[in-house]
Amino acid sequence: MHIPDGFINASVSLGAGVVSAGGIGVALRRSADALEEKQAPLAGLVAAFVFAVQMLNFPVAAGTSGHLLGGVLAGVLVGPWAGAICITLVLVVQALFFADGGLSALGLNVLNMAVLGGLGGYAIFAVVRAALPKSRPMIVVASGVAAGLSVVLASIGFFVEYALGGVGDASLGAVFTAVVGVHAVIGIGEAVITGLTVSAVLAVRPDLVHGALGLMPRLEHRRAHVAGR
Amino acid sequence: MDRKALAIFVVGGLIVALGLAFFLSPFASSSPDGLEKVSIDKGFAETAEDHALAEGPLADYGVKGVEDEGLSTGLAGIIGVAITFGVGMLLFGLLRVVRSRRQPEPSPGP
Repeated sequence: MHIPDGFINASVSLGAGVVSAGGIGVALRRSADALEEKQAPLAGLVAAFVFAVQMLNFPVAAGTSGHLLGGVLAGVLVGPWAGAICITLVLVVQALFFADGGLSALGLNVLNMAVLGGLGGYAIFAVVRAALPKSRPMIVVASGVAAGLSVVLASIGFFVEYALGGVGDASLGAVFTAVVGVHAVIGIGEAVITGLTVSAVLAVRPDLVHGALGLMPRLEHRRAHVAGR
Repeated sequence: MDRKALAIFVVGGLIVALGLAFFLSPFASSSPDGLEKVSIDKGFAETAEDHALAEGPLADYGVKGVEDEGLSTGLAGIIGVAITFGVGMLLFGLLRVVRSRRQPEPSPGP
């Protein structure tokens, strides 16, 4: 999913950079307002974990692989704003140290994976969560569903960028079908990894799952009620 | 107590991340990822330019000079996890400082 230099022309790359900078600027401001003491090490951990799992490409079809993008995972764990910053940090580290994702394409990659995949993905999570019963397993389901869809959303982001400023002359219809199709399959892997990770953290420290915060008072209340009888 | 429990969680999580990056990354699929494959199939892969930092010591997730490919990938993973965690701590720590400057708490003394 990391766009190299040369796929998308300079003006669209620059435009995406401006949009991304705006989005991440808002995320920095909002997460600074919401930041609690515990969040700095947690957010660092989430970014480091996403970096590690992004290295683990899994096969999706003959001669094709995919890897976690992590936008919904990060958002569900530390909140959408801090989560989007985590993904941006991973992308910057990858571009600067590992030559993965072009430097001129950084704005495009942040737009697709942190803004669309992270903030957009978290919005999908919030909608799905609201439609389901309030319980921990449903948080896992909502995380997985949103994670899968967030990969498709990120791939649509790429398609729009290619349609606006693609350097190659591939047929747009063919690019759309291929890029969205393969990312729908990669999205299944994203859903599984996100669901497993969220359920593992819920099992150990449910209070550290931002996306499950609404559940906590209710559970405590119920326990108190039972104890009071 | 809570601070200690949080530290245990973070250290445990880091061990998992480092373990995945070191032990599993050498076994990751080396096939092109979804986007790369589409660019090859649809004929726009050749517009890609070489990465400006392609000669860097960690380029393409390998440590330059380490002959063993699996070890090279695993070490690059460990270094990447460490850099990402370190910069993340720094960045989010700075955000807290900026926040406390913007909303100054009443300070003791004149």
